[in-house]
Amino acid sequence: MPSSIIARAPSGERLDHLFIVDVVEQESRVLDLGCGRGVLLKMLVDRKDVRGTGVEIMEEKVYDAVGKGLSVYHGDIDEGLSYYPDAMFDYVIIGQTLQQSRETEFVLQECLRVGRNVIVSLPNFANWRARTHLLFAGRAPVTKALPYEWYNTPNIRSLSVKDFQVFAREQGFRITRSLHLGPHRQVTFLPNLFAEHGVFVLTKA
Amino acid sequence: MSDYHIDGQTFDSSVGWVETLYAEFDVLPLDSGLTLAPLTLAYETYGTLNDERSNAILLLHALSGDAHAAGFHEGDLKPGWWDMMVGSGRAFDTDKYFMICSNVIGGCRGSSGPSTTDPATGRPYGLRFPVVTVPDMVRAQKLLLEHLGIERLLAVTGGSMGGMQALEWVTTYPEMVASVIPIASTHRHSPMQIAFNEVGRQAIMRDSNWRGGDYYEHDHPDAGLSVARMIGHVTYLSDESMHFKFGRRLRDKEVLGYDFTTDFEVESYLRYQGDVFIRRFDANTYLYITKALDYFDLADGHGTVVEALREVPADTRFLVIAFSSDWLYPPYQSKEIVRALKGNGLDTTYVEIHSSFGHDAFLVETDQQTHVIKHFLEVTAHREARRRA
Repeated sequence: MPSSIIARAPSGERLDHLFIVDVVEQESRVLDLGCGRGVLLKMLVDRKDVRGTGVEIMEEKVYDAVGKGLSVYHGDIDEGLSYYPDAMFDYVIIGQTLQQSRETEFVLQECLRVGRNVIVSLPNFANWRARTHLLFAGRAPVTKALPYEWYNTPNIRSLSVKDFQVFAREQGFRITRSLHLGPHRQVTFLPNLFAEHGVFVLTKA
Repeated sequence: MSDYHIDGQTFDSSVGWVETLYAEFDVLPLDSGLTLAPLTLAYETYGTLNDERSNAILLLHALSGDAHAAGFHEGDLKPGWWDMMVGSGRAFDTDKYFMICSNVIGGCRGSSGPSTTDPATGRPYGLRFPVVTVPDMVRAQKLLLEHLGIERLLAVTGGSMGGMQALEWVTTYPEMVASVIPIASTHRHSPMQIAFNEVGRQAIMRDSNWRGGDYYEHDHPDAGLSVARMIGHVTYLSDESMHFKFGRRLRDKEVLGYDFTTDFEVESYLRYQGDVFIRRFDANTYLYITKALDYFDLADGHGTVVEALREVPADTRFLVIAFSSDWLYPPYQSKEIVRALKGNGLDTTYVEIHSSFGHDAFLVETDQQTHVIKHFLEVTAHREARRRA
């Protein structure tokens, strides 16, 4: 099960993936943390001819990604990236993964050490549906975009897209591009209220 | 694919009848400063070398293995040690790749070792055979590839000691290797691994039949060698696999014997493994090969493993495989290799296969290995074709 449900294009491709494929330049070196079955990484290899590598903790997903011809490290992103030299990658992608990390600050700092740019995508826990659920039902939000109960969610960090922007600024990172997604399409109006997901491209300020 | 019926068992070995070949060379300088001259190296091949000589894969075996990786010899009761992995449609697909499985020097399965005749005396070498190292084994295999006219390998692979040789291959001859697949292996032995090997060696050397290694014209140190093998087998299994395989079941009895004959199933298994082993393996070779394993350290002469891999070309690909219950060559050792590879920016895939079979998993868990190796080799072959174009 994915950590959350994300809006798709008519082609069936996820809108956050299409945005990332658009951001990443041709022949970049890419590290995808939490690459899952390698759908995004494969798109980047096929369309942008990137030199890509992934990290994934679930064994079955690793097999799928290897089956796509991808290079994958089977392990936990919290084990760290210390073995990578500085600026090894043009892009480090943390797709729907950072909110599952225990070492959030450390992981993000490490990403910006080994990558010139970092692309983070996150679910927005301050979406109006989640807020309504909490306000009126008085229960931890369970929505289509965040389909988990409090006891089985892999998302151990509950943050809003605004939280992340503040956090990035405090850490001294610059957001160069961003995308907010609603259930079906991009959101531009009051994203912290209406977006279900945010995608941010960061560099060191 | 054809079925082979032996002793009421059916095997679907796909490479069929095979034979061991022998290459002879004049001289090999060794790490110890001594030389081995002349020397013989046993090997087998499966599949066909293509016209561009670009589809060769070198397969290297573990401590007690040999050149006979797949198919049948006349009189075999079972196929080669990795038959499920080598053949038509298998992980190492012999319809596509030319497989070479090379034995090691120091061995007792057709290559020069302590049991072969010393030309200086006309008698078996015994301990007069020079101590060999994993790099020495690899340099001997380089002579074999020259003999076969192969200048570049699509892949070099092996489990356990075979994985160490594969790693040594890419650091010694980095330009000759397009990809490397070390399985259930390490860049150096831990003290625990050395300790188990030392117990095995002591079992052999404390057998009065060992006679300082000069036993070839007398009774062999069978007791010592079989105990060494029993210890080895314990380390190849896991707590879980032993529970599953034997439990506390008794062997051929309903109640405890209150004596020192065989009580438990696991005892019977170990004794059987020991007895089978002495028929096909030489005790001195056990000493030499375990010593080579203990001496091996990929960082030797480089300082660190990261430095050792510095000369490896950036387009070399790696697939490192470990098994979750392998406590002899635990996954952390494979991860150390992976970190050193990634530290050099090398294209690396690491898979830790969930298995309860312990170190033996690399011989047993063929489905998952087949899946990852097959796809990995396809990408490697594709890149190699692009490289040549």
